[in-house]
Amino acid sequence: MSSGIGKSVKRKEDKRFTTGKGRYTDDHRMDNQAYAAFVRSSHAHATVKGIDATAAKGMPGVIDVLDGHQLTGDGIGNIICGWAITSKDGSPMNMGAWSALATEKVRYVGDAVAVVIAETQAQARIAAEAVEVDYEELPVVAHVLDAMKDGAPQIHDNAPGNQIYDWELGDEAATDAGLADAAHVTTLDITNNRLSPNPMEPRSAIATYDDAEEHYTLYTTSQNPHVARLVLSAFYNVAPEHKLRVIAPDVGGGFGAKIYIYPEEITCLWASMKTNRSVKWTSDRSEAFLTDAHGRDHVTHAKMGFDADGKITGFKIDTIANLGAYMSLFSSSVPTYLYAPLMSGQYDIQNIHCNVRTYYTNTVPVDAYRGAGRPEATYLVERMIETAAREMGMDPAELRRRNFVQSFPHQTPVLMQYDAGDFPKILEMAQEAADVAGFEARRKEAASRGKLRGLGYSTFIEACGLAPSKAAGSLGAGVGLWESAEVRVNPVGSIEILTGSHSHGQGHETTFAQIVAERFDIPVENVQIVHGDTDKVQFGMGTYGSRSGPVGMSAVVKAMDKVEAKVRKIAAHTLEASEDDIEIKGGNVSVKGTDKSMAWHEVGLAAYVAHNLPDGMEPGLKETAFFDPVNFSFPSGAFICEVEVDPDTGETKIIKFTSADDFGTIINPMIVEGQVHGGVAQGIGQAMLEQVVYDDDGQLLTGSYMDYTMPRAADMPFFDVQHHETPSPNNPLGVKGCGEAGAIGAPPAVINAITDAIGTNDLAMPATPQAVWRALRSASKPIAAE
Amino acid sequence: MTNVKMKVNGKEVSREVPDETLLSEFLREQLRLTGTHIGCDTSQCGACAVHVNGKVVKACTALAVSLDGADVTTIEGLANGELHPMQVAFNDNHGLQCGFCTPGMIMAGVDMVNRYKAEGRDLTSDAIRHELEGNICRCTGYHNIVKSIEDAAAKM
Repeated sequence: MSSGIGKSVKRKEDKRFTTGKGRYTDDHRMDNQAYAAFVRSSHAHATVKGIDATAAKGMPGVIDVLDGHQLTGDGIGNIICGWAITSKDGSPMNMGAWSALATEKVRYVGDAVAVVIAETQAQARIAAEAVEVDYEELPVVAHVLDAMKDGAPQIHDNAPGNQIYDWELGDEAATDAGLADAAHVTTLDITNNRLSPNPMEPRSAIATYDDAEEHYTLYTTSQNPHVARLVLSAFYNVAPEHKLRVIAPDVGGGFGAKIYIYPEEITCLWASMKTNRSVKWTSDRSEAFLTDAHGRDHVTHAKMGFDADGKITGFKIDTIANLGAYMSLFSSSVPTYLYAPLMSGQYDIQNIHCNVRTYYTNTVPVDAYRGAGRPEATYLVERMIETAAREMGMDPAELRRRNFVQSFPHQTPVLMQYDAGDFPKILEMAQEAADVAGFEARRKEAASRGKLRGLGYSTFIEACGLAPSKAAGSLGAGVGLWESAEVRVNPVGSIEILTGSHSHGQGHETTFAQIVAERFDIPVENVQIVHGDTDKVQFGMGTYGSRSGPVGMSAVVKAMDKVEAKVRKIAAHTLEASEDDIEIKGGNVSVKGTDKSMAWHEVGLAAYVAHNLPDGMEPGLKETAFFDPVNFSFPSGAFICEVEVDPDTGETKIIKFTSADDFGTIINPMIVEGQVHGGVAQGIGQAMLEQVVYDDDGQLLTGSYMDYTMPRAADMPFFDVQHHETPSPNNPLGVKGCGEAGAIGAPPAVINAITDAIGTNDLAMPATPQAVWRALRSASKPIAAE
Repeated sequence: MTNVKMKVNGKEVSREVPDETLLSEFLREQLRLTGTHIGCDTSQCGACAVHVNGKVVKACTALAVSLDGADVTTIEGLANGELHPMQVAFNDNHGLQCGFCTPGMIMAGVDMVNRYKAEGRDLTSDAIRHELEGNICRCTGYHNIVKSIEDAAAKM
């Protein structure tokens, strides 16, 4: 079958996207639609003494102006964080209250205090400007190292010293002993820069209240519509779960930013009830910079010890993480359970200890962004080992090889049991593809032109498909981490797959169809994927953390198992054969070794006409399944980046970027490579271009594409992508997940390459030309002395 | 309010609109041609790129009233029965993921191929990357977009 597993099937969804027929949230328009515009704080920290909407209410087109006191008065609950973290002293995390519309205080620039509902978007925006808010400014703390200082301004009353939790993982005493015994200890202070996810489609929501049915419908840019419905009903009290339909139609990229429930969705739902109108809100890009959850923002001090042979004896990490002004849905899990358990990297390290302290600041909330915790861990581990290799005068590839995990399953001292891999082989593949052997000659040639060449590695591992639910629950997760699927074989033999995974660019409509086409040996065109609508799909946990392959597809496989069992029974009954002799192949269901056969569609028809089913069999051919994985899957890879730096300007060009990765079984190589390209581009963006900047007053200095540097085509090279497949034993397809690998693995490869080129390790992300130029000058004594 | 008449995707249209109406709003809200996307508010991202009188223009940078009498082509009007070679090339080369920047990328791609062909210049991958300065994609890393445009250039 040409459209089955392992084939680069062209995407079924492309036709609507390339012809302008995609339907994103803002493309929908309801009858009786009004528009929302939010009144947002221009102060990073202030007491709200009063809101005067008199003038705004009298302006053209204005239907109503609603504020936080009305919202809380109607019983709308505070925004929650869904993962409870316990500090090492046993105390629960200090979660400050977050109302969708602020009442007493605002805590970041962009914090919403009121919403204007008007007939047109322009009228709503103009009236929002006319709402007068009486603020009394409070002292601001915008940077995490300031937030933890004695006497720092207090952001939430219940978080003394602005600390949210002080958490640890691993054995500190054993790690200290490992470091004490080390022949060499590498110490590194490292910053993971704050980023804005920037999916190209801005967030949008349309809420419709039907007063006759007391029913709500929400169109929203969500990666997980069922979770949105659950949280909106169970925690925010905007509508009962059975009276709320959430639809996430075509979604223009997520990257984590669309996992969470934001104030705007809550407010639009509530406002639709208050005004009895459909209420639409669409973010503009400036608003997105102000309100979409940011990512990363860690400061870390770490030590890694080595014995005389270069074997790692201990790894000790002290991280301070900025979680912004409020705790977003998954924010607490990112610097803890998505971060510290990855500190073993691809290495067999016996002693690891990771301490994480998180703090509030007067900035937009920080939450998971592509990779979520794993990029931060990988950046640290891979910068550390590269630095150590240079300090010890070793080849960085050789130091990695000496420490690689060699056998699987492998239990790390930080919770994880790695499933399968072949780290030496993958590194070798990358080295060959990158022509590492020829690098020194290329370096010399570049030097002859006055340019500095560098080569940097990153051999990374990540954990995908968060699992299992029981373990996650024991660690504080507020949700289960299974996925659901329904496989409907129609009476004409075509198949609909209803999945709780959500596609926002990953190509599920093609890859999910491929696994079905493979299983039942029918054309991929005969399979339709349904997702993103809580009224259609029974339940789902959505798409994030590269879970659609290892968890979402596995649920489909489990449902297909049930369908196949029934197909066998029907065919065996009809063809008067044993179930074990039935084979499903070439569009037919046949008895092996005979000419007895039914066409695939005849089985579907037989199930629905039900004229001749085995006694007691239910009619129909449709099965559902929930799949809860036994463990994470662990994609890994080796990235090699080669750069050339102009020492006069600091301008850095990526000459070649090579990836060799192991995503387990690959369903569609074309799509997998596309995911790698995109992830690597985001990683290069973090390494060289992107950074969210707040000034000391908490004003956002990077509030548009004029000042936040998004990677453009000319910033990117072509990527050389290699694959090696070691299937995961933790799910039926052996898939591991590929969506985040690039963003996880690329930053250290780039920075390791640039620091190799310029001969100094003192370089923080983003390595802009100015930053590189400064690093070169500070490293070069004759210049610095001038 | 001003009456604006223009030809959009081959059809004459006429609407009474506020003077501040952007071409992007005119297309999306007045004509319900939602294939033209809005990804930013500073004319940086290019998701709204359309053709005006045969040249690529960011629809969020042009006032509708200033385009009275113009001939506008949007992504919906690019295909003439069969898909345009640029649309086919994006599918063939996996030049899109979420699809949000795609209409703008395709309209920019068609324009650059047309210009380079008219001038007899070779549209190299470096030139494509340079020409895509005004279009941002967050999904593809541009690798396959560049390949798509190269592929279409050979077939247009």
